[in-house]
Amino acid sequence: MKFSLEWLKQHLETEASAEEIAEKLTAIGLEVESVSNPAEALAPFRVAKVVSANKHPQADKLQVLTVDAGTGEAIQVVCGAPNARAGMLGVFGPPGAYVPGSDLTLKVAAIRGIESRGMMCSSRELELGEDHSGIIELPADAPVGEAYTRYAGLDDPVFDVNITPNRQDCMGVRGIARDLAATGIGSLKPFDLPEIEGTFPCPVPIRIEDPQGCPAFFGRAIKGVKNRASPAWMQRRLKSAGQRPISALVDITNYLMLDEGRPAHAYDIAKLTGGLTARRARKGETVLALNGKEYALEPSMTVIADELQVHDIGGIMGGEESGVSETTSDVLLEIAYFTPEHIARTGQTLGLATDARSRFERGVDPGFLEAGLALLTRLILDICGGEASQIERIGRPPVEQRTITFDFERTKTLGGIDIPEARQREILASLGFTLNGDRVSVPTWRRDVDGPADLVEEVVRIAGYDNVPSTPLYRTPGVAAPTATRSQLMERKVRRAAAARGLDEAITWSFISQTEAEAFGGGDWALANPISEEMKVMRPSLLPGLIGAARRNLDRGASYVRLFEIGRRYLGDLEHPTLGLLLAGERRARDWQLGKTQRFDAYDAKAEVLALLDATGAPVANLQVYPDAGPFWHPGRSAKFGLGPKTIVAAFGELHPMLTKILDAPPGSMVAEIYLDAIPGSRANAHARPAYRPPSLQPVTRDFAFVVPRDLPAGNLVRAIQGADRTVITSVRLFDRFETSDGLSLAFEVMLQPTNKSFTDEEIGLIAQRVVLAAEKLGARLRS
Amino acid sequence: MNDAETMLDRIAAAETLGDLEDLRIAALGKAGSITALLKSLGSMEAGVRATEAPKIHKLREAVTAAIAGRKALLERAELERKLETEKLDLSLPAPESLSGTVHPVSQVMDELAEIFADLGFSIAEGPEIETQWYNFTALNMPENHPARAMQDTFYLQERMPGEEPRVLRTHTSPVQIRAGESRGAPLYVIAPGRVYRSDSDATHTPMFHQVEGLVIDKGITLGHLKWTLEAFVKAFFQRDDIVMRFRPSYFPFTEPSAEVDVGWSLEKGRRVVGGREGWMEILGSGMVHPRVIANIGLDPNEWQGFAFGCGIDRLAMLKYGMDDLRAFFDGDIRWLKHYGFRALDVPTISGGVGA
Repeated sequence: MKFSLEWLKQHLETEASAEEIAEKLTAIGLEVESVSNPAEALAPFRVAKVVSANKHPQADKLQVLTVDAGTGEAIQVVCGAPNARAGMLGVFGPPGAYVPGSDLTLKVAAIRGIESRGMMCSSRELELGEDHSGIIELPADAPVGEAYTRYAGLDDPVFDVNITPNRQDCMGVRGIARDLAATGIGSLKPFDLPEIEGTFPCPVPIRIEDPQGCPAFFGRAIKGVKNRASPAWMQRRLKSAGQRPISALVDITNYLMLDEGRPAHAYDIAKLTGGLTARRARKGETVLALNGKEYALEPSMTVIADELQVHDIGGIMGGEESGVSETTSDVLLEIAYFTPEHIARTGQTLGLATDARSRFERGVDPGFLEAGLALLTRLILDICGGEASQIERIGRPPVEQRTITFDFERTKTLGGIDIPEARQREILASLGFTLNGDRVSVPTWRRDVDGPADLVEEVVRIAGYDNVPSTPLYRTPGVAAPTATRSQLMERKVRRAAAARGLDEAITWSFISQTEAEAFGGGDWALANPISEEMKVMRPSLLPGLIGAARRNLDRGASYVRLFEIGRRYLGDLEHPTLGLLLAGERRARDWQLGKTQRFDAYDAKAEVLALLDATGAPVANLQVYPDAGPFWHPGRSAKFGLGPKTIVAAFGELHPMLTKILDAPPGSMVAEIYLDAIPGSRANAHARPAYRPPSLQPVTRDFAFVVPRDLPAGNLVRAIQGADRTVITSVRLFDRFETSDGLSLAFEVMLQPTNKSFTDEEIGLIAQRVVLAAEKLGARLRS
Repeated sequence: MNDAETMLDRIAAAETLGDLEDLRIAALGKAGSITALLKSLGSMEAGVRATEAPKIHKLREAVTAAIAGRKALLERAELERKLETEKLDLSLPAPESLSGTVHPVSQVMDELAEIFADLGFSIAEGPEIETQWYNFTALNMPENHPARAMQDTFYLQERMPGEEPRVLRTHTSPVQIRAGESRGAPLYVIAPGRVYRSDSDATHTPMFHQVEGLVIDKGITLGHLKWTLEAFVKAFFQRDDIVMRFRPSYFPFTEPSAEVDVGWSLEKGRRVVGGREGWMEILGSGMVHPRVIANIGLDPNEWQGFAFGCGIDRLAMLKYGMDDLRAFFDGDIRWLKHYGFRALDVPTISGGVGA
């Protein structure tokens, strides 16, 4: 919403500066986005008199002028304007002045051999209008030498205010003035309701067939108008608001909308057939709107139509067919009330945003139809002449006033500021509320106010949020108690553990393409209105996002990628917190000590998963490995970690080659997912650890080498050996593995921990026997 | 005694530890010359022994000391020679150690958690695929409310015909309702998380992060809201020159509502928080609307409170100086290594919440 200071002062008596007003507007919730003064840019331009005008000796179309700009010297200016002549007054720009319409800065220059020291300007050159047929002509009494902007009344700051959706009443200058007046920065000028008697009955019958969408339609005809240009003062104000003046009738309806927040419409009666009806659009109906576009209407939309066709998308935009033109002599004025919800829906369906819509959908003042029509009539009669008919009042706007019982103490108990009741009453009254004891009646233009909390806001915003004292929250005595939940702590720990292990944390989109989702079995949720096909399906896996990021990194020349992400997978009605990780490129760059470049393999993914699971507090020692992580994974080079087959906590390894191809994953990528919500919590919740004393006796290590069947997972053998004597075998470490002709050779270092006395050779022999026996149960044979 | 004197000379002249050992055996070994002298004391007459014994002992000490001294010298020389051969070029690179990074959004979330934990707030969570009730209606945005259209909502395809479409939550505010329902009052929570709007340019991405704050208790006022946000912003930016401005505004789920601006100043051509060269908006807030309190299932006559919402990515940008939001979600390791945080940069109250 834009308006000038001069316009504001039409409604507000104030001595305050533009800066003070701007600060106050922001302070009461009418946020000022900018204050600009067009005069600042045009400050160097002066009212000047053309003293003499002679033909340019070298050019037929140019003249050499002598100009008096009030400086006491005769300034020579070369000018091409056909209307330049001795004795006229115009606008002069001296060297150094910036001419906005031509985007140039004036300087002393020779034009066809004659020196020119400035420029006489056209309207277009100063961006004051479209006219470029000649230089600006000023009346003979214009004061030579005065700043043109001051003379022309252009020295008028323009406010650009951001109106929140609840404040329809401030989508007109008067509403803003009313709000300002409540703060005491000025006083609201009285509202003069013009009284105009109609002299003849309204010749256009008006009917309402859709009282839901259009509960009220007030109309009146004015005959014998002259639709000339609107007066300069109105044009100036409209321009300050960013509106282009068109013709008096159009400008006047726009002016009423900007001045009072009251949209209206004028129909050219000559172009109507029969009466006007507010009704629902019929299937297949269209209307050519004033913006020159044809709109297909739907039966949900309220329109204004005559006997033949639709002339107005009710409350949104008028029709081209019955719009006013220079030749219009009789008009029908429409001041209607359109239901906000209907307007919003129609506007959205048509994708049509207009000034009228933005007001109607927020809800214009239902109590302002009569006054709006009177103001509109007054302006038209004054500017365009003519004779007004009586008013046709069809339907009834929803003017029921709300009354709120208000405890003035609420301002303190909710707003946190102590304001004397008398001042509160004063504020509310100046905003148009009617007070009767503790009963507060809401003015019709404040659709947004419907409870005590709203009244508190009214009082406090006018009193100033700055004056609300900051009040510390109550603080529990002592040290703040921990607040993070187990899952939050788990995420924090696993995140920092991953970073500590050299993984970089990425955040990728929660939505992926259909193709990516299908590669992982398809997503359960797809967007109905995706921003692109690449961002359509809520991800069933974190891996597509990481694969994309890895590919982009490698394409940019990265030699390796170690990425992880903690986010959700969207499956059915649940969102599963998950950690995804990806290793691609060089595991180790070629190195003077270590030799050639190393690539990642599935064991790297396993190492990360184990370390990260450990960081989550999962019982890593009890994890079991289940080969083949599922259909999306390489069947021989992937596995799952679980605490039993039903509690799978992670999957890792190589993706299925088909998937790698579909997703264009970097070759050799190793990936993993940790299902954070599947990790069981530890049962211990006390701080104290189980009692422990480090053994005083030295452990003994013994090596065992077995030949085992090729398909025996080494992990099974490790567990079997551990199981051979749980009290003394403290660790089993596989340290060698190679193929032999009759199977795999696996060698283990087994650590034995004596408890209260050292082992005898005999005891060690017995333990060794049990180890061998346990291994043999799995088909292993002690290598001789 | 000649033998003994030459012995000292020979010790002094020994060139290797082996020669020295030979001399030691020759003098002090079982068959050594000095050992022999010592043995001879036993067969001497008392008078002779009284004069000879001190001499012999003295000699033995002299020889022992000379050997030890020479030995130390030779060992030292030997070590020097050995060290000459043990040179490493330590300008050669050591095995590379890996260092990963924590994403700035995660870091800021941890900072927020720390600051608000100190104020007694815990962390609440909620789904990102949300019903329209939680995302809009319960927050006092009934159907056809203009704010619904304003938020550029992503709708999900219906899974069954006739089912009301779910939405991707457009803000973290639905967690207000969910936390209120599950925990009741009094309630002090923040809810950080992903949110979605169908908007995409340099400053908007279709996915971003917000943090919601909610207090519901008895006697909570706008003054508490102001204090809390001032305390938070000052703690978060860790600057003494923070100035804030509370402006009345409009959100359907709060009444009264306030937008909060923070003063900025130019440092090296970059806008930073602090000072008062201009204002920028950083949060939206207000007193929880009575209808929202009722929708949580609490009595608005008994309970009241405040709520606020704030963009986490934006907080990160303002604090750590990134200028392109899109880079947050690209996974470019160059960007992550530059703007990310080391694993052990854990924000704490005692150590500060800025790294």
